[in-house]
Order: sequence, then structure tokens, then C-alpha cells
Amino acid sequence: MKRKLFWIIAVLSLILIAATGCSSEEKPTISVLNYDIYIDKSLISQFESENNVKIKYDTYATPEEMYIKAKAGASNYDLIISSEYMIERMISEGMVNKLNFDNIPNYKYIGEDFKNQPYDPNNEYAIPYFWGTLGILYNQKTVDASSNSWSMLWDENHSKRIIMMDSQRDAFAAALKLLGYSLNTVNEKELDEAKQLLVEQRPLIMAYLTDGAPAIMVTEEADMALVWSGEAVAAMSENENLGFVIPKEGSNIWIDAMFVPSNAKNQEMAEKFINFLCSTEATVKNINEVWYSTVHTEAIKEVDEELLNNNAFNIPHEDIEKMEMFRDPQKFIDLYTERWTEIMAK
Amino acid sequence: MVRKYLSRIYMAIIFIFLYAPIIVLAVFSFNESKSRGNWTGFTLKWYVELFHDMDIRSAFYYTILIAITSAIISTLLGTIAAIGINSMKGKMKSIMLNVNYLPVVNPDIVTGISLMILYISFNIRFGFKTVLISHIVFNTPYVILSILPKLRQLDVHMTEAAMDLGATPIYALRKVILPEIKPGIITGFLMAFTLSVDDFIISYFTKGEGVTNLSIVIYSMARRGVRPTINALSTIMLTVVLLLMILINKRSNGVEKSKKKRKSEVM
Amino acid sequence: MKDRTKYFAYPYQVWMIIFILFPCFLVLLYSITTKESNGLTTIQFTLENFKKFFAPLYMNILWDSIFLAAISTAICLLLGYPAAYIISKTHLSIRNTLLFLCILPMWMNMLLRTYAWMTILGNNGILNNLFEFFGLPRVNMLYTRGATVMGMVYNFLPFMILPIYTALSKMDTGILEAADDLGANKYIKFRKVILPLSMPGVISGIVMVFMPAVSTFIIPQLLGGNKSMMVGNLIEKLFILNGDWNFGSAISIIMMIIILISMSIMNKFDVDKEGGARLW
Repeated sequence: MKRKLFWIIAVLSLILIAATGCSSEEKPTISVLNYDIYIDKSLISQFESENNVKIKYDTYATPEEMYIKAKAGASNYDLIISSEYMIERMISEGMVNKLNFDNIPNYKYIGEDFKNQPYDPNNEYAIPYFWGTLGILYNQKTVDASSNSWSMLWDENHSKRIIMMDSQRDAFAAALKLLGYSLNTVNEKELDEAKQLLVEQRPLIMAYLTDGAPAIMVTEEADMALVWSGEAVAAMSENENLGFVIPKEGSNIWIDAMFVPSNAKNQEMAEKFINFLCSTEATVKNINEVWYSTVHTEAIKEVDEELLNNNAFNIPHEDIEKMEMFRDPQKFIDLYTERWTEIMAK
Repeated sequence: MVRKYLSRIYMAIIFIFLYAPIIVLAVFSFNESKSRGNWTGFTLKWYVELFHDMDIRSAFYYTILIAITSAIISTLLGTIAAIGINSMKGKMKSIMLNVNYLPVVNPDIVTGISLMILYISFNIRFGFKTVLISHIVFNTPYVILSILPKLRQLDVHMTEAAMDLGATPIYALRKVILPEIKPGIITGFLMAFTLSVDDFIISYFTKGEGVTNLSIVIYSMARRGVRPTINALSTIMLTVVLLLMILINKRSNGVEKSKKKRKSEVM
Repeated sequence: MKDRTKYFAYPYQVWMIIFILFPCFLVLLYSITTKESNGLTTIQFTLENFKKFFAPLYMNILWDSIFLAAISTAICLLLGYPAAYIISKTHLSIRNTLLFLCILPMWMNMLLRTYAWMTILGNNGILNNLFEFFGLPRVNMLYTRGATVMGMVYNFLPFMILPIYTALSKMDTGILEAADDLGANKYIKFRKVILPLSMPGVISGIVMVFMPAVSTFIIPQLLGGNKSMMVGNLIEKLFILNGDWNFGSAISIIMMIIILISMSIMNKFDVDKEGGARLW
């Protein structure tokens, strides 16, 4: 009996060692780090089988989390998809490799509006993936959105029915814009005023969530939520009572882009994958999965009529003009972080 | 009499409290509608969706792989260590026991971050290896703790007698000690396995390179909001746990019975 | 034999040094150095990280965590003691089944159990639908402090029941009979005999519930909607989002000290010295 047990254990461990040891060696691999639910997963398997590679795919929730993961150095990612202000910071810290555009012919599809942006002024480091904005997703049955203002999120009539985003830059963006300040302010007084607003807002808030708002809005358990545009499109497709407003005070315009960190092991394959994601076919698939606005000049032509009529996807020009892009506040980021901790710990 | 009924009602309330959420999850895994709370009709579609979900499939694979591997390694490591610790004396023994106790009493989050710092300091890439090592780190103390009592009950004279009769230490170990502490080893193995399957926090801090486990997937799904696929997943997991527990219980009852039988025969 | 098998512990000794003691040492090292320290040559020692924690902001987080954990522990004790008592009084044949039923939920993934309460407590959740069915108004329950406490009680209640049960079932029936013989009524018997004798179980139950409760970060996130930040959330934030490992390590060290203090309290009352193994 015990001998049998011994052999079973011995054989099992051998099998396991064999199973874990060998399989990883054969194929070339690339490690990819992306936001949660930000790709059509079938694209990964498609690329894997077409190029005989293995993609190790990891996700994260906020750009700050991504930065720590990449900076820690214990995970060598070959490709990261993240927000422009974090990319700007990483470029300035020498954490990003220049791309070889010969490997990315599909770069030609990227719209001119998304090139030469401040985070990568000479288009050397990053390739735009999606873009979008920040706004308020609301229930048309219960909320009057005629004010078209960030102050909606401070409306006491909807106490405990408002969801805020648990992401410091985005939460501050709403407060700073309501006050008429830049969302990149490095003025402590302005930040303090914004903090005060967010503290006053606390009693009205149902929850601070990172990805959970759309699901709760769909079930109509909350009246309003601060969300990114693609989340709004997804929620609106499931519940027609929902609407999206980009407040008149102006909002944030963001671009998420793909880049190769400096400790990448397989830059060439990463570039191949970038090129694949920039193809029209892949982009269309992605749009129908993540619902964010596209940077692709060809894919936009293949998008459904209904989507084009949605102001959270086809963001109106007059709104874009009032929008501001996040910049890396460098050492001032500590001022944001500190105040955000204070707000959350009240 | 009244007291008896009161205590029955009380226990019923406690069990309703403990089981209502689990039953709710199970029932709503068959609910047609996506929203919680409203029953709109019977469906199996969430189970179908579950089996097509690549994330869950890969997480399931890694969960089981890591649980089995870490349980085997920590059982081997722990059994040997327990035999060693048991024959130690004095200060050294109590130091060993206390250090062994650290991962048990330390909050998981502290164990998690301390291992994360360790891997980063030595530039070990996060991935399968790091999660596996971490699981062995927190499993082994439990294995040792479940074997030590059995070793203490062990009759010292038996091993001595065996060796006096010419058995080598290894032979005595295999023929005398191991059979006696086998129940402890098995408990330790099962505990290591379940702890590993259940772990979230330590894996959360040490995962990487596409390696996740079910807990991590559940966490990100739960954070995103209500998804009936999680209900389906939890129903399956609950059923498996229930079957395993019944199996273990039956087995240990059987062992007890056969032991008693053997003893009575001897007498 | 004993002398020779002693060496069996050596591999694990090395293992413990590398994977248990050394990581703890690293946390300690981070906690007493500055962010600017890079490598051994430029290391700068400081107590700033600990001082920072004593600022009102962080002390509030600490007190709040202790407060929420203490309330949950108290509720667990109030619910768990009678349950353990009742179980210990039942007939042996159903006692094992009852114990089994107490342990079973613990074997289910903690995240799933917590998630289950999201379905129940939500604004359109099952409880609210029930309320509506009986003509009662809907109540906001999810994403409140109450929900957080409830989640902790739910998750950790078995940790309270089991050690108390163990202490009660170990009680010498002779003592109880003696109390009866000496004319003690039920109330006095409970207060003077049963309660003191079950104290070790109560104490270890309190510690076993309090420890995971004070360090949890999942429950306040999923059920509390991130509105009450607990120490666990703070540590997670500092490591995952802010990258302030030095401060995060200092808080971890403080947590460890709190836990070690409560452990030593438990050990004082511990009847059998086997500690944690009892649970299983």
C-alpha cells in the first residue's frame, strides 16, 4: 500500500516536472501586459497559431499598477498597452524602446490626429491603440442631464446612487474640470480645492469601483457613474435607458498606446504583434469587443451605423475641442496620490 | 423541551446564514437573466459559456497544476522536516517550530508582499515558478503541523526495537515510522491541496506571465460586477468540494473502523 | 535513531531561512530605509516610514480596521458561542454532521463566498426583492460598512465555532456533575464552571477571527465599495498602485507586531500547545 503510494507520487511528480519543464521551451514567447477586458481574446489565439508563438497575457486595472509592474523589473514584458501619461513618464525614465517601423507597415492606418501627440512628439516609441474620453453614464429614467455638467456627480438628489471611479487621475479630473482648472494642474491650492470637492462628494457616493460601474448601471442599481467612453457604449448596448454625457466644462481625452519596454526580450515579435493588431480586420474585431473609439482610418468605415450614432463612440467635435489630455505631472504626482489617499481614508 | 426546540431553531438559523449565499449562487447559475435577484427562466447557457471561456480554462489548468505540484512537494518536504523536527531538542526545536509557524500566523498579505520583494530583489521573473514556490512556502507549515502530533504519539521503543533487530534507519523509517504517521501525511497533503486551490492573496502578489489561478479570475470578474458565469463556476467548485469532503469523510471513517477492527482482533 | 533523524530537518531549515526568514528581513529592511536607497552602497536608514504611520490619517485607518475587525469578532462570538455549545450538547451521531456542516463553507473559495453576498445585498438583490414582495421599502445594503462587517462575520464565523466547540467538548463531565451535586443552578453552573473552562477556546476563537479580519482587503473592496479603507487595502495600494514599498513595509511590520501580540495572548490561554493544528 505505502509502496504503491510512493510510486504514485513519484510518477505524478515526474509527469508534472515533464509537463511544466518542456512545453515552455519549444516555442518563442512574448509577454503582453494590457488593461483588463481590452482585447478580443480570439485575436491572441489567432496570432499564436499563425506565427507559432506563445503569448503570455497579463492584465492590470490602472496605469499606476502597470507602472509598478513594469518598473519592478521582475516581469519582462515585450509589449505593454497603457495610457499616454504613463507612457510619457516611462519614456522620460528611459523605460521604453524605440520601435522599428519597418516591422509595422500597418502604422499607415493610424489617423493623423493621433500622431505627434505630446507624450511621443516624434512618433518614435508608441503606436495608438484606442482613444476615448471620460464622462457620466446615467439612467435617463431617473436623472435629468440637461445641466450637462460635472456637477451632476454632486447632486444630492441622487445620494448613494452615484458611482465614482477608483482611479486618482480620473476622479481628480472630474473635480478639477468642475472648478474650471486644468486636469494637469500642479498648483497645490487648486488641488486642495478639488480634494475638498471630492471629500464633500463622499457621502453621496454608493461605491468607488475600478471596473464595476457598467454592470451596476445596466441593472439600474445606480443612477450615475463616472466612466470611460467604451464602458458607456458597452452598458448602453445592454440597457437602452442609459445615456452618456460629456460635461460642458470639458473632459479628458486619452489615447492608449502600444509600446515595447526597454527590458523586452523579443522586440521583433512584439512589433509583429503590434502590426497584427493594427490590421483592419483585427481592429474591427477589437472595436466590437471593447467599444472604444478607434484610431484606425479604415476600420472606422466598417463600424455599424448604430455605433456611429452613439456619442460615446463617435465623440462629437465640439466636445473634443474642450478636452484636455493627461500629462505626466512628474514629481507632482505625489501630491495627487497623497490627497487621493486622504479622500479614500476619510 | 422548549430549550431543545430553541436550540434547534438557533442552529437552523446559523446554517441558513452559512448556506443561503451558497444556495443562492447555485440556483442563480441556472437563471436566464443576467441581472441578479430576478428569476426569468431555466438555462444552462452560463455553463456552456464557462467552458468556452479561455481565461477560466487556463486559470483552472494552472490552479490544479499548482495545487497538485505544490501539495506533493510540500508533503515530501514537510514529512521529512517533521521527522527531523520531532527528534530535535531544546532551543533549536522551539526556534524551528516558531519560524515554521510564521507563515501560518502572518497575515497572507504580509507573506505575499515579503515573497514579492524577495523575487524582485533577486530578479526572479514572476510566473509559474514564483507562484509555485510561494504555495510551497505557505503549504509546508500546515503539513508539518498535521504530521507532528502523529509523530509525538509514535512509540519510540518500536523504532528502537526495529533497529536493535538490525533494521537500517531508512528501513525503520519506511517500515515503522511512515505507516504510523500516514494519516497525518494524507491530511497534510489534502490540506496543502485545498489551501493552494483556495489561495488568492499570495498568488495575487506573485503571479505573472499569463499564469493566474481561479481565485484571481474570480476576483477580477467579481470586481467587474455580476456575472452569471461566476455563479456557474462556483456551483461546480462547490459540488467538487462537497464530493471530495464526503469522500474524505467516508475514507477516514473507514480507516477508523478498520483500525478498531484490527485492534479488537489483536486483543 | 532520534539523533540521526535530527538531520532530516536540515533541508527545511535552509528552506525556511531562504523563503521565510529572509523575506521577512527584506520587509524589515525596506521599512527602515528611504525610497532613495539603491543597492547596498547608497543605503540610507530612516525611521521616517514608521513616524509617517503615526500621522492622524493613517492612525484613523488603523483604528478603523481594528474597530471593524473587533465588531465582527464580537458578533462572531455572540453567534458562535451558543452554536458551539449546542453542538457540544448534541448526540454524538449528529454532532459530527453538524461539525462537518460548519467546516464545509470554509472549504469553498473565499472570494466566491464574498461574491455571493453581492448578489444578495445588491439594490436589486434577493433581499431587496424579498422586502419589496412583503411591501417593505428597498434598502441600500451593498457597499456599506454593515456589508463589510457582515462579510467578515460570514467568512470567519467557523473559526470561532470550532475552537470553542473543542474546548467545550474536552470539558470533564465530572466537574459538571460535581457542580450539580453541590447544588449549583444552571446559570451559576454556566458562569462559574462552563464559561471559565471554555475560555481557552473563546480566546483562540477571538484571535482566529480577529487576525484575518483586521488584515483583509478583499471584503472592504467587494462589499464595502472601497469606502472604508482598512490596513490591508492600504498595504495593497502602497505596493500595487503607489509603489511606496518602504512605507508599505513599515505598515506590514506594524501588522506583524499586532498579530504576534495577539498570538502571544492566545498562547497564554492555550491549554494544549498544538495551536493551529486544532482547527483541522
